[in-house]
Amino acid sequence: MARSFTPKVVTANALLEGDAVWLTEDNRWTRDIREAELITDEAHGDLRLLEAMAQADLIAGAYLADARSGPDGPEPTHFREAFRTRGPSNYFHGKQAE
Amino acid sequence: MYQYNDFDEAFVRARVAQFRGQVERRIDGSLTEDEFKPLRLMNGLYLQLHAYMLRVAVPYGTLNSAQMRQLAYIADRWDKGYGHFTTRQNIQYNWPKLQDVPDMLDALADVGMHAIQTSGNTIRNVTADHFAGAASDEIEDPRPIAELLRQWSTDHPEFQFLPRKFKIAVTGAEQDRAVTRAHDIGLRMVRNAAGEPGFEVIVGGGLGRTPMVGKILRDFLPKADLLPYVEAIVSVYNLLGRRDNKYKARIKITVHENGLEKIQHLVEDRFTAIRAGFSGHDQALLAQIETAFAPPAFVTKSTDGYEAARLANPAFRSWTDTNLAEHKAEGYAIVSISIKKHGSTPGDATSDQMRVMADLAETYGHNELRISHEQNVILPHVHKSDLPAAYQALRAADLAAANIGLASDIIACPGMDYCALATARSIPIAQEIATRFDELKIEHDIGQLKIKISGCINACGHHHVGHIGILGLDRAGVENYQITLGGDGTETTTIGERAGPGFSADEIVPAIERLVTGYMDLRADENETFLQAYRRLGMEPFKAILYPAEDKANAA
Repeated sequence: MARSFTPKVVTANALLEGDAVWLTEDNRWTRDIREAELITDEAHGDLRLLEAMAQADLIAGAYLADARSGPDGPEPTHFREAFRTRGPSNYFHGKQAE
Repeated sequence: MYQYNDFDEAFVRARVAQFRGQVERRIDGSLTEDEFKPLRLMNGLYLQLHAYMLRVAVPYGTLNSAQMRQLAYIADRWDKGYGHFTTRQNIQYNWPKLQDVPDMLDALADVGMHAIQTSGNTIRNVTADHFAGAASDEIEDPRPIAELLRQWSTDHPEFQFLPRKFKIAVTGAEQDRAVTRAHDIGLRMVRNAAGEPGFEVIVGGGLGRTPMVGKILRDFLPKADLLPYVEAIVSVYNLLGRRDNKYKARIKITVHENGLEKIQHLVEDRFTAIRAGFSGHDQALLAQIETAFAPPAFVTKSTDGYEAARLANPAFRSWTDTNLAEHKAEGYAIVSISIKKHGSTPGDATSDQMRVMADLAETYGHNELRISHEQNVILPHVHKSDLPAAYQALRAADLAAANIGLASDIIACPGMDYCALATARSIPIAQEIATRFDELKIEHDIGQLKIKISGCINACGHHHVGHIGILGLDRAGVENYQITLGGDGTETTTIGERAGPGFSADEIVPAIERLVTGYMDLRADENETFLQAYRRLGMEPFKAILYPAEDKANAA
C-alpha cells in the first residue's frame, strides 16, 4: 500500500533576497507560512510544485515541505522548516526581526 | 605580503564583470536556477536557509590591514555588520542580496581579494599554518608555496571539473597547526639528510562521512618539484576518482579503493611525464613570490614594560598565558585574538572589531593579520613591549577573551542556523558550553581542550579531530548530538571514537560538563590533558561518565 500523503506547502527561496517564501493558493509568494496553500492531495502537490518551479524569475529551489493545519494557517512540522519561518538563533536577524 | 600584479588584477576584474552579466541574466529570467547555480558557486555564492551566503577566500589565512578594513566595509554596506570566519580560513557573509554581489566582488578586487573557487569541484583556497612566517618551530614560511599553488590552481583548465572538491593545506613547521593530515593533499615541510628543505607529501586525508587520516605518498619531495608533483596527483585523481557517487568521489576514497601503491605508481609516472614541461618558470615565479613574503623589519627593544605589566595586571597576565605563542624573533610574540568570547558565536567578528584588529595590526603588528582554522584572528608579529597597549585596545573592543586552546575556544560550523546542508544547529550548543564553563570558572583548571562541533556529517566543524567532538544529527525530526572522543588534528592526527548513543539538545551541555569534570577526577595530575588522559585510560571510564544509568544497569 502506498504511504499516506502528509499535507505539504510549496516553499522556495526568493530570487533576490534569498529568504524563505511560500506559495499561496492565488499564486503569490508570501513571507508568512500561515498564508501558504496547504496541499492535501499528492497529485495537486506535484502540479503546484511544477507551477512554482516555472516562476524562475521570482524564486529558486522550490520544493514541497511537510506542514500541518494550525489555528492561523499552515505550520511547519519539522524543526528545519520552523527555523526557515524565523531566522537564526544566534542573532535577531531574518524573519523574526521583520 | 603578495600584492596582485597587473595580470591578477585584470583576471579578477574580468571574472567580476562576467559574473555581473550572469547575475543580470539570472534576474531578468534568461538564466534558470539550474543554469545559474554552477556559475554562482564558481564565484563563492551559495543559497542557504535564510539568504544567500558569499564565501570569500582569505588566501592561506593572510590579510593586511587594508583588506581587513575592506571586509568590515563590505559587512556594513551590503551585509548585517559582521562576518563569519571559517575553519578553512575564509570569511562568509550571511545576508547578501543577489543584485549586490557583483559590487561586493568588485570591492574585494579593490584590495586584491576574491571569492573564486571557494565552492565547486575545484581546488579550493589553499590553507596554511596561521603562525606561518612567525613560528619559532618553522623551517620556512610556507606561504610562498601556498601563493604559488593559488596562482597555479586558479582557473587551471584541467581542474575545473574534478570528481569532487579538493583541499590543500601546507605547513612549514614541525608542529602541525594546519591539519595537513585531514586534507586531500597535505604538505609538511621537512629536511632531507643533506639538510635541504622539501616536503612530506600526504594524500587522501579528509573528514566528512568517511573520515580518513592522510597517507604519506612521498617522504621527501624536493621543493623545486612541488608544482609538477602536485599537478601529477590532481591529474591522476581527475581521471581515476569516481564520478558515479558523490559520497565516494573524494581522493581519500580513490586512495582507499585503489591502494596507496597504485596511486604512487600512477603519480610518479605522471610526474615523470609532465615534469619537463615545467621548464623553470614556476621556480622563477616562486623566487619572485618569496621576495613578497620577506620577514618584516623586526626591531630590538626592551621588554621590561611588558614584564612589569604582567606583574601589575592579573587579567593581562592571564591573557598572555593563554593567547600568546612563541615567535621566532627575539622580543616578539604571536598574538591570538580570541573571537570566542564566552557566549558569542564562534568565528564571528563585527565590522567594528575588524577595524580594531586592522588598526592594531597597522600600529603594532607590521600590518599583518591571519585567520586560523580554529576561527580566531592572529597578529603574527607583535613586539612584547607593545602588548599592554594592544591588550587595552582589545579589551575596549570586547576582544580580550583569555581562552585560546581552552574549553570555550570551540570550533563550530554555522550549522542549521544558516546552512542548508545542516541536520542540526551547532552555534547554540557552542554558546551554551562556553557560557557554562565560564560560569563554573574551571576552564583554566581543565587546561588544553579542543571541543569541535559540526551540524552535519560533512564535518566542517572538524568534530572528528576534536578531543571532544560533537556531531549534530536529525533523529526522527529532533536534533540529536553524538559525542566522539580522542580526536586529534595535529601531527599525531587521530579520528575520534564514537562514545555511544546521542544526546538531545537539552542533554548535550550537561553531558559535556559531566565528561569534563569527570576527566578532572580521572587525570593523573593537573598537567595531564584531556587527550592524554583519554589515551592512557581508553574509552571505558569516559563512557561510564557519559552514560551513568546504563553503567549501573550493566553492573546490576
